[in-house]
Amino acid sequence: MDMNEIKEIFFQECEEQLAELETGLLAMNDGDCDPETVNAVFRAVHSIKGGAGAFALDELVAFAHVFETTLDCMRSNTLEPTPDVMKVMLRAADVLADLTIVSREGGSIDPSRCESLASELEALAKGEAEEKDAQCRSQIESSPSPETPDPAPAETMPDLAVTAVNAEETGFAPVPFSFDDFEDDAGAQTQTETANTVFRLVFRPHADLYTKGNEATLLLRDLVKHGETKIACDLSEVPLLDDLDPEGAYLSWTVLLTTAKSEDDIRAVFEFAEWDCDLTVGLDSEADPDSQADDDVGMQPVPFDLSVLDEVDDPSAEGGIVPEGGFEGPDDPLAAEAGQDGVNATAPEPANDIGTDARTAAIAAEVMKRNAGTDEAGTRDERTARSGGAAQTPVSQTIRVDLDRVDRLINLVGELVINQAMLSQTVVETDDGNAGSTIHLGLDELQQLTREIQDSVMAIRAQPVKPIFQRMSRTVREIADLTDKSVRLVTEGENTEVDKTVIDKLAEPLTHMIRNAVDHGLESPQERIAAGKNAEGVVRLAAKHRSGRIVIEIADDGAGIDRERVMQKAINQELISPDSNLSDEEIDNLIFHPGFSTAEKLSDISGRGVGMDVVKRSIQALGGRVSIHSQPGKGSTFTMSLPLTLAVLDGMVVSVANQTLVVPLTAIVETLQPEASHVHPFGSSQRLISIRNTFCPLIDVGQVLNFRSAETDPVESVALLVESEGGGQRALLVDGIQGQRQVVIKSLEANYMNVPGIAAATILGDGRVALILDVDAVVAASRDKPPRNDVPLAAAE
Amino acid sequence: MTDEATPKSHNEHELIAFRIGEQEFCVNIMSVREIRGWTPATGIPHAPYFVLGVINLRGVVLPIIDLSARLGMRPVKPTDRHVIIVSQVATRSMGLLVDGVSDILTVSDTDIQTTQGMSREFDRSFTRGILAVEGRMICFIDLDALFSGSESEAA
Repeated sequence: MDMNEIKEIFFQECEEQLAELETGLLAMNDGDCDPETVNAVFRAVHSIKGGAGAFALDELVAFAHVFETTLDCMRSNTLEPTPDVMKVMLRAADVLADLTIVSREGGSIDPSRCESLASELEALAKGEAEEKDAQCRSQIESSPSPETPDPAPAETMPDLAVTAVNAEETGFAPVPFSFDDFEDDAGAQTQTETANTVFRLVFRPHADLYTKGNEATLLLRDLVKHGETKIACDLSEVPLLDDLDPEGAYLSWTVLLTTAKSEDDIRAVFEFAEWDCDLTVGLDSEADPDSQADDDVGMQPVPFDLSVLDEVDDPSAEGGIVPEGGFEGPDDPLAAEAGQDGVNATAPEPANDIGTDARTAAIAAEVMKRNAGTDEAGTRDERTARSGGAAQTPVSQTIRVDLDRVDRLINLVGELVINQAMLSQTVVETDDGNAGSTIHLGLDELQQLTREIQDSVMAIRAQPVKPIFQRMSRTVREIADLTDKSVRLVTEGENTEVDKTVIDKLAEPLTHMIRNAVDHGLESPQERIAAGKNAEGVVRLAAKHRSGRIVIEIADDGAGIDRERVMQKAINQELISPDSNLSDEEIDNLIFHPGFSTAEKLSDISGRGVGMDVVKRSIQALGGRVSIHSQPGKGSTFTMSLPLTLAVLDGMVVSVANQTLVVPLTAIVETLQPEASHVHPFGSSQRLISIRNTFCPLIDVGQVLNFRSAETDPVESVALLVESEGGGQRALLVDGIQGQRQVVIKSLEANYMNVPGIAAATILGDGRVALILDVDAVVAASRDKPPRNDVPLAAAE
Repeated sequence: MTDEATPKSHNEHELIAFRIGEQEFCVNIMSVREIRGWTPATGIPHAPYFVLGVINLRGVVLPIIDLSARLGMRPVKPTDRHVIIVSQVATRSMGLLVDGVSDILTVSDTDIQTTQGMSREFDRSFTRGILAVEGRMICFIDLDALFSGSESEAA
């Protein structure tokens, strides 16, 4: 793993931390005063700072530090989370996110923005916590201060996780440390006088410590560097093998440390583990660690020799009982016993000098005894529960997988589905009645299995829309600041899942629409008050599943669309003729017209006239629809409906002029057999069909796609009633319906190009390519112009 | 460009020769992915005259080009005896419909005669030269030049 890979992992984790930070801050903003929330927020900033330090991202470290300092004031309850304070905090989180992006992708960020926020944060910390502030200042000014005592001597350990202390040894830039380090400056003087003190540490890691990639032995090793140590391991909590949770944490250590360093120095070793362990540090007057430990814990402690673990850590040395690198290894008794054997073999300082057998027996007895101690385990559970938070509760296991691999799997499964369909079809075609039911039974099972595999693979890509919704809250804040409006964003259904490809493409149109809602939708606070509304506007962002699609609504409680003004604008911009008579719905839809903008003055936010038509196009490109519903004085609601995935589609297979086409099932409202008496000519070339006494235009798909020039007889055809984007219905004429099936969407553009009226291609059961109809485009083409007069396509048979 | 052919010594090209009607043509072997028999293609609406449609090549939607029509000759009525040369042109794959593949040639730069002054403008835009092989004349086609403009022509 080279440096860049590690760095990439750091940035991925940053993304998660930033998300957590924002979630936490928003919760606090809504009045959540749980100290654990504050802690989670603090932890997120702290982790970013720590990682950034290891990669010498100075800008990021400096800002994260100031941020962290202020959060620490909040953590210690010296700073109240008032709305004003939270506003600064949220903006600081935005800057931190920007800095992270800049560090990752290069580029620069306006330094004044950074500085002004930093000083705002400092002011907060200063105002509320005088003495803390003094510390912060001295730290910021003296950042990587040369006189900081080097806590780690030159001794190196090559295979290390990036913890702050180790970062110094591995040749990274020095890490500006938290206060603890700086207090050393003061403490350093006293140290010389106090000379060696003996500290007594009890270190009891939680399982989380290991889950987060920390390793107790590494921490203990760091400790060893601070002075002379005697370490005793407490095996008392280790249960019998049957009850042993391989990922649990059962060991604890008592350390007697004779050192010249201060207590803070020693605590600093555990800086990154501090939330995931119980740590007590106290002065110890008695110098005998063993007897002391005996008395206290009330059982036999096991002398613990780190040098043995060094050997075991070396994968070549031992038969791999301990996970190599000591990275993911929760301490299991096997490892402990391996350590024990090692002690007996090399035993440099066996404090309790017992023979091997006796020792093993003692451990066994201990283990037995512990087995009875379920109450002990109970308290531990309770502790875990108490420490609460997202990470602590039984975490569902996740792995990071390269998206390309998932995509390859999805493609392969797509092939499998096609192959399975081809196989079934071949069997049906060649069936002479003798094939028997077993083959069909087997095929049915195969079909079911492939379908299930496909669903599961698709589920891998499904992601909740939450991250994208969170980004929107930032957009809302920024626009609200720019427009001097007071806005609250309410989100619903953030856990609605949708395919990753859809999510990725959703960000841009969603940002546009949110900006629009705040900039154009909501009135200024004065106008709102005058209209008898709350000065604070509400933008509601909701996601839900509806009939196999995801529906996203963006609703504002603003003034609604000013239809007269929209009309006037459209006439001025010559989008419509002055005498046209439009329905409310048609007027509303004018805002999706390319080049339409009602903004009186062009602003940076929206109103460059590229807003809503771009939104509409990008949503259509996703196979989605967008509609608008507006009530004067009450606000507007934009509704987007999108497919859950871009990889498969349920379609109706139809034939048109000897060609096979697939029509997306979601577009079809109903199918019917037209009767001659229901078809009426309308104007020069159009025909209408009456369906239960409502008329709707007939569209001959074969003609629109130029498959044939002559009109078909509707009576000989099948009409598919489709809902087009405006909400109106159209009847598409096709020659016949072959069936209904799920098809895998294949790009036509990859090797060819975009074809008007065709959304994509797919491969049918017979192995041939079929084209997927773009219903909206066909409807639009039939409306905009008469069918093209190109030479009809030669039958390619 | 097709220059990326692995030159055995310097300036050697390996080419695949094929027939269309009475004439022989060749393309750089490096741009050829595979050669397969004709399978019926699915027509595409509003397609240019030389696009016969698309076929399924192991899950990839592959457009089929009637090379004869593309070169300005008579459009071909495809039969089972016709052959599709699956080629890579820039980032796209496409299938070229030809009458049959005849030869694999190794030629050096000096064997390629220029068509300067003997061909009309249209032919010169896609020929890299002509070769004399055992008394036959083979026209060396530059696929990139032939299809770089096809997008705009087709639209």
